[in-house]
Amino acid sequence: MDAFGKYKTVVSARATDKKILKKSQDGGIVSAAFIYGLENGLLDGVIVADNAGEFKAVPKVATTPEEVLEAAGTKYTVCPNISVLKSAVREYALEKVGIVGTPCQIRAVRKLMKYPVGFRHTDSKIALTIGIFCMENFPYMGLKTIVEEHCGVKMEDVVKMDIGKGKFWVYTKWGETKAIKLKETHPYEQIACHVCTDYTAELADISTGSVGSPDGWSTVFVRTTKGEEFFNKMVEDGYLEIKPIEEVKPGLGLVEKLALTKKEKNTKEIEHRKELGLPVPY
Amino acid sequence: MVKVAHVQLSSCCGCLVSLADTYEKLLDILNSIELVYCQTLMDVREIPDNLDIILVEGSVCLDDHHALELAEEVRKKAKILVALGACAATGGVTRFCRGNQMSKPVHSSFSPLTEVVKCDLAIPGCPPSPEVIVNVITAALNGDAEYLQPFAELAEKGEACGCDLLYKVVNKSLCMGCGTCAAACPTRAIEMLDGRPNVLKELCIKCGACSVQCPRIRFPKLIEEIE
Repeated sequence: MDAFGKYKTVVSARATDKKILKKSQDGGIVSAAFIYGLENGLLDGVIVADNAGEFKAVPKVATTPEEVLEAAGTKYTVCPNISVLKSAVREYALEKVGIVGTPCQIRAVRKLMKYPVGFRHTDSKIALTIGIFCMENFPYMGLKTIVEEHCGVKMEDVVKMDIGKGKFWVYTKWGETKAIKLKETHPYEQIACHVCTDYTAELADISTGSVGSPDGWSTVFVRTTKGEEFFNKMVEDGYLEIKPIEEVKPGLGLVEKLALTKKEKNTKEIEHRKELGLPVPY
Repeated sequence: MVKVAHVQLSSCCGCLVSLADTYEKLLDILNSIELVYCQTLMDVREIPDNLDIILVEGSVCLDDHHALELAEEVRKKAKILVALGACAATGGVTRFCRGNQMSKPVHSSFSPLTEVVKCDLAIPGCPPSPEVIVNVITAALNGDAEYLQPFAELAEKGEACGCDLLYKVVNKSLCMGCGTCAAACPTRAIEMLDGRPNVLKELCIKCGACSVQCPRIRFPKLIEEIE
């Protein structure tokens, strides 16, 4: 089974801008790429997941580096990013849109680019897609239950959440850190995630996630010609520093392991659903 | 040269406008086909025989024998019969109109073309986007059956609408909340509530754009081929 899908290069990277690193989840790749795109005219607007307070995620069209920074950081809940794509083109009059999304959202973007049934003059305005590694997602109330019931932290006190080293971590504004085993969060997962076999956002121009790289760095897959041009320029202009993936710990092996785990487990679930006569995406 | 005709039944011309909205691509299309019949654009009164592709826009008024005859005529004359747009594909506003309009003669007397004669392809949407019309015509010219498969399936079934999202996706725990349906909707009938589509029945015109666009109902393998 092919773990990663098609890609040109894979590296470990992080943003060079301290402001980005301070706000970002890991290496700040998405923020750095979008800010680079906006500052250098490669993008004139981007769709990001903003924190609407208490980690409620809402899609936002950002047209300035400040707005991108405000939305930095992972929100472990559903955010319908594609829902604002048409308004980004129509209402913000954007010609070169960047969009970040989970693997399933990137697949949705690819579908609308190939089959633009209801996307009049929109698909051609998508300039860059960045996908983020994703094992599963939580509906907001599920996330709230994890944080409040299991971690014992009020949602309003949370400044950052993270998944890593087999645990779900919550950081509070009082400087506390709480963690529970990832296993405890499984019942709150979005069931729809169980038929998805894409861990590394295989259809994005660039995909990124913390897994495989050291703390504060991200693993980056550059997949398409468009993504490659953008990424190379960004590195040349000093927005990112990169290291060969072979030289970092824990390395690509861990990404492969997780990607294959998701594929195998969810392929089984798809087969199971088929046996029961339940529909699956086909 | 491939012979193409555009035929209008009960419709608003929006699908034709959408076809014309392809701008410079329209010239490419017109260069690669021979447009032999199109009442809005040219002065030909009779649909010629033996055509390769006939695009039909609009639904069939069952109270009007001319419309029924026309439906049979296009079926006989076309190698590939395309139901273009929601009215021809699923019924759209001619059956499910909104905004306190009085339809004439009566709502119930309209049927989409797909229910009256066998169509080879159906393109949903009100109107379908210019890009998808170009894609379908190009794929039909090139005999790209793989690309056309979802449109062929819709022509069989003749139904697609916002309800599909609730029955086939949300109700089957398949919705992951990407929001594609909300963006695809031409009437803004879909809002995303807690990461799930909420279809406002007051606004939905059952054009099918949302459900056809949903990656969790249909995800043709060829989408995975990225450059």
